[in-house]
Amino acid sequence: MIKRKNEAILTGPTLLWLILFFVVPSLAMVVISFRPASTYGGVGTGWTLDAWRALGNPNYPIILWRTVWLSLVTTVICLALALPIAFVLGRMQGKWRAILLMIVIVPFWTNFVIRVAAWRILLHPEGMLRQGLVSLGLIGPDTLLLYNEGAVLMVMVYTYLPFAILPLYAAAERFDYSLLEAARDLGASGLTAVMRVFIPGISRGLLTAMALVLIPALGSYVIPDLVGGPGDEMIGNKIAQRTLGDRNLPQAATLSVALLLITLIPLIVVFYLNRRDRTHPA
Amino acid sequence: MKSSRLPVIVFALVVVFLYVPILFLVVNSFNEARFSSTWAGFTLKWYAALFDPQNRDIWEATQRSLLIAISSSAVSMVLGTLSACALHWYRTRLQRLNYGLIYLPIVIPDLLMGISLLLFFVALGVTLGTVTILIAHITFCSSFVTVVVLGRLQGFDESIIAAARDLGATRWVAIRRVILPLLAPGIVAGGLLAFTLSVDDYVITFFVTGPGSTTLPLKIYSMVKHSRELPLINAISTIFLVITFLIVWWSQKLNQDQTTKSN
Repeated sequence: MIKRKNEAILTGPTLLWLILFFVVPSLAMVVISFRPASTYGGVGTGWTLDAWRALGNPNYPIILWRTVWLSLVTTVICLALALPIAFVLGRMQGKWRAILLMIVIVPFWTNFVIRVAAWRILLHPEGMLRQGLVSLGLIGPDTLLLYNEGAVLMVMVYTYLPFAILPLYAAAERFDYSLLEAARDLGASGLTAVMRVFIPGISRGLLTAMALVLIPALGSYVIPDLVGGPGDEMIGNKIAQRTLGDRNLPQAATLSVALLLITLIPLIVVFYLNRRDRTHPA
Repeated sequence: MKSSRLPVIVFALVVVFLYVPILFLVVNSFNEARFSSTWAGFTLKWYAALFDPQNRDIWEATQRSLLIAISSSAVSMVLGTLSACALHWYRTRLQRLNYGLIYLPIVIPDLLMGISLLLFFVALGVTLGTVTILIAHITFCSSFVTVVVLGRLQGFDESIIAAARDLGATRWVAIRRVILPLLAPGIVAGGLLAFTLSVDDYVITFFVTGPGSTTLPLKIYSMVKHSRELPLINAISTIFLVITFLIVWWSQKLNQDQTTKSN
């Protein structure tokens, strides 16, 4: 009985806090998506499907699709860059491994807004980089480095890369590199050995890395807002506009529920696959 | 060995990619030129300009950010430590639910947490401001502190508690004199992480802030968005960088000292 009381004391405060300020607000979001907007920018009474029907407005499917597409491309690029890094780090030993890992992680200790701002300043039309490229004749005088999809993708990769590097590194660290030598001895080419032995060997890390990049990427708002143009808006931008621009809270709620449903897909896939891994060890 | 050169090249290029924008910022904070298109000589005037009375709002925002970060990390250190102990010592159905609830705020996009809290506060008619920012920050910080302290607990030698109890320590004495000192480095590391996350946060704060409650990231964002005072942003960012490095270096050292001591 005492044990149960202790458990309640330890669990209670945080659990209640999270229920009050995380679970209830999430449910409120779902409820508000079925409410009408009030004229004062608040939430009206009664029930309606207006906000959900408005998702059919051709604008939203395009933006939803762009959000998913940009996030998927970001994930693929992040994994492609993080794999060789994890491969190199995992093979190293001792002090140098720690130093190189630090070198990769240090930039991400800086403020997120500042990192995005740094890119905005670096790529700025009046900045050194564009002026330099123009005078070298590499880009035309009218080419902008900023306010386009390429800039959004690059900064997204820049931002989410550590979420791919860390789990892949953790998996590569546990990988037995002598297996690669064995594959080579048995006649596999270097690439074949990596594809058929290394990649399956770190599959769990790969899965985690995928989810850890894809999920926050889907919720991007700052990056398209600062380095993208009007044609690069993602769902996050629309949520912010409906919230603070024209103040249609039920519409913001609907878009958020849609985003939540999309992010749940990778989450459930990873959860399910990890669980299957654990019950049926390969 | 030729085949292993490609990963090394990718590694080197990524390091360049990671550092270029940051170094550019730092170098330009000492650049005399207003626009970063040319180098017009070394200056400290942008740093001096930060102390100009007309930029007082930057300091007000900094103070608010620090106040929020200190209070939210203090509260989340308590909440996070409690829930980490609960998760570590009990294997009940309640803890499985608890585990999921702790991890969800970490994995879902922060934007969703911001908007749902905003809708919640609006539905309740709560005035948005420093208090609502504080509540939001405590919510996500607690989860992160829990994870850090939980990691520390995994290397915990349970027999020490049994030994303390055998030697006549009451439960409270055991908690105060044995468990808390052993967990302290984890709790402090979690608190430092919470502090940096809170100071760093833009997205969630953006949703739950009210008029007159601008934090430093919000202030920087609006300066960046309107391309105003870009050299000032360089200077603030450089100061920010130095401070973050010091905090992280300190928390790393704290963890390292503890691991070498326990070995």
